[in-house]
Amino acid sequence: MDSVIELDDLEVRLGSRTILKKLKASLTGRSIGLLGPNGAGKSTLLNTLLGFHKPSSGTARILGRDIRTHAREVRSLIGYMPENDSFVASMSGVHFVRMMAELSGLPGEHALERAHEAFFYVGLGEVRYRNLGTYSLGMKQSAKLAQAIAHGPKLLFLDEPTNGLDPPARTRMIQLIQEIRDRGDLNLILSSHLLRDVEECCDQVLILKDGNVAAFCNLEEERRSNRRFLELETRGGVNGSFLESVEKLGCETATGAQGRIKLILPDGLEVRRLYEVAAQQDVQIRRLSHKRDSLEDIFLKAMETADGRL
Amino acid sequence: MAVYKKTYRPYDGSLTPSWSRFLVIPRYAFEDLQRSKFLTIFFWASLIPPLVHAVLIYVQHNASVFNLVGAQGANRLININVSFFLSALGWQSMLALFLASFIGPGQVSPDLANNGLALYLARPFSRVEYVLGKMSVLLILLSIMTWIPCMLLFGYQGYMEGWDWTKANMRFASGIFFGSWIWIVILSLLALALSAWVKWKPAAGGLIFGVFFVAAGFGATINGVQRTTWGNLFNIRFLIGSVWVWLFEGNANTSGGATFFGSSQADAVPLWCCWAALATLCAICLYMLARKIRGMEVVR
Repeated sequence: MDSVIELDDLEVRLGSRTILKKLKASLTGRSIGLLGPNGAGKSTLLNTLLGFHKPSSGTARILGRDIRTHAREVRSLIGYMPENDSFVASMSGVHFVRMMAELSGLPGEHALERAHEAFFYVGLGEVRYRNLGTYSLGMKQSAKLAQAIAHGPKLLFLDEPTNGLDPPARTRMIQLIQEIRDRGDLNLILSSHLLRDVEECCDQVLILKDGNVAAFCNLEEERRSNRRFLELETRGGVNGSFLESVEKLGCETATGAQGRIKLILPDGLEVRRLYEVAAQQDVQIRRLSHKRDSLEDIFLKAMETADGRL
Repeated sequence: MAVYKKTYRPYDGSLTPSWSRFLVIPRYAFEDLQRSKFLTIFFWASLIPPLVHAVLIYVQHNASVFNLVGAQGANRLININVSFFLSALGWQSMLALFLASFIGPGQVSPDLANNGLALYLARPFSRVEYVLGKMSVLLILLSIMTWIPCMLLFGYQGYMEGWDWTKANMRFASGIFFGSWIWIVILSLLALALSAWVKWKPAAGGLIFGVFFVAAGFGATINGVQRTTWGNLFNIRFLIGSVWVWLFEGNANTSGGATFFGSSQADAVPLWCCWAALATLCAICLYMLARKIRGMEVVR
């Protein structure tokens, strides 16, 4: 699969501090999460990919274009939703987004049409003629998303898109991001320190810590493997006979207290078969759950120091 | 697609040429400026002095106008010479200073005040294009106020006097053109740089006047205390005046133009020092812009 972003020993120094330290990774997912604690270098990485910071060594390629030699071309592919407030307070929302789309190269009439569309899409259709300075925080976040998608980018950078949003607004924002992702017309990079946001929107995760790649995983594969990992709570049945029957189906098992069983399903085996075996053995399956919080496990493991402390 | 369809779709239409995108900025800026009645009135009122000068040229060549009001021979009191054109350009340049201090700060500071600059520069749009776009607003408006009406006055006088006069005084035309552009570039750079540095419109507007008048006062103090003329290097009006007088008159200084700018022979500093001081001012402005016009400000 072609890389969306390829980091090739990318190092960024700001003043005397090295913020990104020889990052090397090839990100291929449709939606990629950038995770890390505050100060890990997530925003610096996005800013470097946008050309705001010059790499001190190494480089990166976005959809095959080198950020050092094809910076302008790279930026023409990107839609950027920054972390902080970014707007011109005295301009109306639709006027501002239209101007931004025109600066991206859209002719005036197309830019106007798409600015209106983008505002309706993010749910700000009714307030699009109001000055941006009068918007609430949630509206400003949505307006930032509107300007990021109005010109139809190939790659969307979302830097902490749910920052400062109340729960309903956060849900709405996540839904919008999922909708954009599921249409499949563009790739997106979501930078966040919120595991839930990344888990809900991304299929690949790059975890940064102190400017280094702490972990890189394919969430989709993790989810697939987790779907094979089950925890059961059972009642009744003859000791051990249910476990034996399940193992004969090819499952790996481990028993816990009070009828709790952990098992890994082999490929091709449906969960329904477990219920059938349980019925034959007169065993009640009181609870069946898939393993959850895989990203949290991965994240905590990535944040651990050599001595095992966070 | 109709606007009520709430779905995301990619854009696959045509794109404008990348060289033309910086023109988007002045277009939006002019739309914004048009909304200010004060600026619109001020701008059009600033064209009254050239109109008055045009009337002076007309009556100077039409003695019958004075005869009608019983002032025979009064036209001989009007001299269309270097002082005439220098004063025409001088008044326009002062009005240009006021206009630049009104509209200059509004160009960059609103983008910087709420970090809007990151959104401009996250597009296929460079810092140079951004500055050029913002500067072009001032370049166009100040051109309409300065060299364009003055060149029309020169053309009108040439039309009245004939080709021989035009040929003999071609230096006035080049003086008007190049002198105006030096002034326009300095004003524009200064307005944008101070606007970028201060980020607050009223303060930036006040600072532009400060640079002109407070710095001149500081220079005068140096002159007074040190009994020297080098303090004039802080006086932008003096510097630009010296350059203009040279552009209009060359080395054959008649002192007529110099009087207008208060740059008498006694205060003179070498011309190359004036050029160097103006170039230094431009370099400082460019440095300030290079420091401030960035997608992301790095706090070290």
